[in-house]
Amino acid sequence: MTANGCKTESRLERVLREGHFAVTAEVGPPKSASSKGITRHAAAIKEVADAINLTDNQTAIVRLCSLAAAVHVLQAGGEPVMQVTCRDRNRIAIQSDLLGAYSLGVRNVLCLSGDHISFGNHPQARTVYDLDSVQLVKLVHDMREHRRFQNGEEIKVAPPRFFIGAAENPFADPVEFRALRLAKKVKAGADFIQTQAVFDVDRFARFMQVVRDMGLDQQVFILAGIVPTRSAKALERTATVPGMVVPQELIDRMKGAADQEKEGVAIAVELISRLREIPGVRGVHIMAIAWEEIVPEIVKQAGLLPRPRVELATPA
Amino acid sequence: MIIAEQKPIPEIAAQVRQCRRVLVLGCGGCVTVCQAGGEKEAEILASALRLMGVREGWDTQFDAAAITRQCDPEYLEGIARKVAEYDCILSLGCGVGVNFLAERFRRTWVVPGLNTKGAGATLEAGVWEERCLACGDCILHLTGGICPITRCSKSLLNGPCGGSQGGKCEISPEVACGWQLIYDRLKELDRLDLLLEIREPKDWSRTHDGGLRRVVKEEARL
Repeated sequence: MTANGCKTESRLERVLREGHFAVTAEVGPPKSASSKGITRHAAAIKEVADAINLTDNQTAIVRLCSLAAAVHVLQAGGEPVMQVTCRDRNRIAIQSDLLGAYSLGVRNVLCLSGDHISFGNHPQARTVYDLDSVQLVKLVHDMREHRRFQNGEEIKVAPPRFFIGAAENPFADPVEFRALRLAKKVKAGADFIQTQAVFDVDRFARFMQVVRDMGLDQQVFILAGIVPTRSAKALERTATVPGMVVPQELIDRMKGAADQEKEGVAIAVELISRLREIPGVRGVHIMAIAWEEIVPEIVKQAGLLPRPRVELATPA
Repeated sequence: MIIAEQKPIPEIAAQVRQCRRVLVLGCGGCVTVCQAGGEKEAEILASALRLMGVREGWDTQFDAAAITRQCDPEYLEGIARKVAEYDCILSLGCGVGVNFLAERFRRTWVVPGLNTKGAGATLEAGVWEERCLACGDCILHLTGGICPITRCSKSLLNGPCGGSQGGKCEISPEVACGWQLIYDRLKELDRLDLLLEIREPKDWSRTHDGGLRRVVKEEARL
């Protein structure tokens, strides 16, 4: 651990350890070999967010890989969080990608199970799930802290030292198990958590109460998920995603709005301001799915600008 | 038992229409229980193919028969003479039966009439569901007897993913979340402590991922 308490060279870690309320945002790579969209979004979002998540073939649809997308973000001057799911790659491929990503300058990774293949555009593909997300967190942690590959073999030189993220969905079932599952991820070595989209703040606050009672907020940085939607239709569609809870009054509010995009921004901004008040919430993670260009406006209206300028951490 | 279902008839027809004499061979084992490939199903299928052949003008003879178990060399010997009269066996055994027939009858073309689904059991009349993926390293003592490898669509070992809602799996409202079932059972038995331990990555080399599996029991060998 370095003098500033950081375990890694991640700028996101530095922001969080310095006590700033962090902002991260998601960029979905394209279904093409073009880096243009990623570079454009990264250039805009890096000014308003501390790190940019690159999704890993989200909803099991083939897209430009999160590793390459993370490198495009680096080249645009941004701080990437490379998302890694267990769906498509076994422990050999995942560890190989982690070594490669670190060698290219990626310092943050988000460990996920991944949406099931049946959702995607290649439902005939073979599912992998050699590991699950908890095991993946532990694998990345053991590479950093114990210089070990998953098989126990020593990484003799240059082990990857990632700032390790995991997800949690406080709205999924069994609801009583969710905080326990979070605890498991912390025990496995997670440094930060990006939650599933929060629409029901009261329910999320109850979840955070349990998290605080367990002392987990002192052991992991929790960033609450925000999904801004640009129409009532999009919000209704979001409500049908398994594990999502969207209060009916929000849908009604969107339906009744004269300018639904504006209302979508207003709702996101309100959610952020309410989530900031919940003890233990250390930042927000904005997932503007196919609407990345709205992120700067939301961060600005939420009063989260300017973002802190952190010095580059010294190598641990 | 092994559960299986019959292939669509057009798919079966495409496999056998060029043959002269086809023996539709049922199996008296698991596939009789799951009503996919017993003697009765063999007779019905042979009749259907005969009718189709007449309609479409094939020059193929279809006869039905069944043996006690296609996965047992002893029962295969009993039909050796009969098999010699045919140029094709349409097996209604599971995949194991098809393999065994092909290994025993080297000069006879053997084709599958079923799609083998896995190791399962009867849920209710006419409904069968898999319960074991034969991972080769049973962990049911850790999960209250409910298999996460089989019942969880992602075979997760450390609890439910974020797509579990209302007891259902994210892949379909028709599929129960395996981890919800495990959670409920362990809670009932006051053993939720089992869910708090981190389960290490599984040794998949004990599945087919490690290559062809064979079981040897020395004291049973001749």
